[in-house]
Amino acid sequence: MAEFALPKNSRMTEGKVWPKPAGAKHTTDFRIYRWDPDTDENPRIDTYTVDRDDCGPMVLDAIIWIKNKVDATLTFRRSCREGICGSCAMNIDGANTLACTKGIDEVERKGVVKIYPLPHMPVVKDLVPDLTRFYAQHASIEPWLQTTTPAPEKEWRQSHEDRQKLDGLYECILCACCSTSCPSYWWNGDRYLGPAALLQAYRWLIDSRDEATGERLDQLEDPFRLYRCHTIMNCANVCPKGLNPAKAIAEIKQMMVVRQV
Amino acid sequence: MSQFKFSIRTPAGRVRGLGSARSGTEHFWLQRLTAVANVPLAIAFIIIVVSVAGRDFEEARLAVGQPLIAILLLLFILSGVIHMRIGMQVIIEDYVHSEGAKVVAVMANTFFAVAIGAAATFAVLKIAFGI
Repeated sequence: MAEFALPKNSRMTEGKVWPKPAGAKHTTDFRIYRWDPDTDENPRIDTYTVDRDDCGPMVLDAIIWIKNKVDATLTFRRSCREGICGSCAMNIDGANTLACTKGIDEVERKGVVKIYPLPHMPVVKDLVPDLTRFYAQHASIEPWLQTTTPAPEKEWRQSHEDRQKLDGLYECILCACCSTSCPSYWWNGDRYLGPAALLQAYRWLIDSRDEATGERLDQLEDPFRLYRCHTIMNCANVCPKGLNPAKAIAEIKQMMVVRQV
Repeated sequence: MSQFKFSIRTPAGRVRGLGSARSGTEHFWLQRLTAVANVPLAIAFIIIVVSVAGRDFEEARLAVGQPLIAILLLLFILSGVIHMRIGMQVIIEDYVHSEGAKVVAVMANTFFAVAIGAAATFAVLKIAFGI
């Protein structure tokens, strides 16, 4: 059956409360999920107090501040700090988002910000989830241009109208916020491709230059790979790039019906 | 859940699994088709039930014996039972992950739907023909 409670070794315990910065006037508490694979301990929630006058405005600024000034063992992924690499995706204030583009003031509730790793993924350490399967699912939709026509000397040409069809699709940065917010992906992530991979699949299905549309649809036509989407819409709600994977999935379903009915 | 178990199979091998079933669209389409059909049929069913409610059996028999009313009731049973069966199947596939239990549940779901459909059809025909 689907799992509605965390397994025993994943239940969270109250962790350490780290010392408050001395002399800070304007502070915010960060309650952050910690788990160390090198110990047998259950995950714990540590509390850190951040001096907001000494720290940038974004959640990523705060956790970097914590790592630099309070606890160097706090582990998380980050790279570009401007919402284009997708590394710092995590669950902040109950919703998946990028730490670098989420302002602390937007997610602070009574002086507290809660941070967890992306839900329902195996945790490598602290806020770092194992996204191996997620990347394999993306690779499985073969996200590159496929043609049988020999490549032209210069480039594959595309009209302005056809290029516009890729807007709202090509911007996906594969941060995994959408897929890991989807209950269908939680319950059947081993067979359902999830919103991110399906949005990418549609990006190639709708590309006027691609000649493998039929084969792509064949690969997706499956009760689990595609049809586990029940339009729950969490994907569209959380996407930090403002994309709508649910709509892309609906378009794929429509293509399936069009070629059959 | 299976995806969290340690495996030395490659991620690509695990994701591709047994390959695409190359089906599911018919299921999806039938769900929409019966959903649309159920709107007028369910309204007709409610009107029929309300209009014969509280009357005696003979009057109900006369009403249900009319071809239009009997056919509307039979169509509602057919469309409703199909919709119920495939909808429940999706819920089972969502939440039941052990292959054995899933097959048994999907099978039981079909038997249940067929039994309900047969019983309801028999009831309408019996009343309509007054046997």
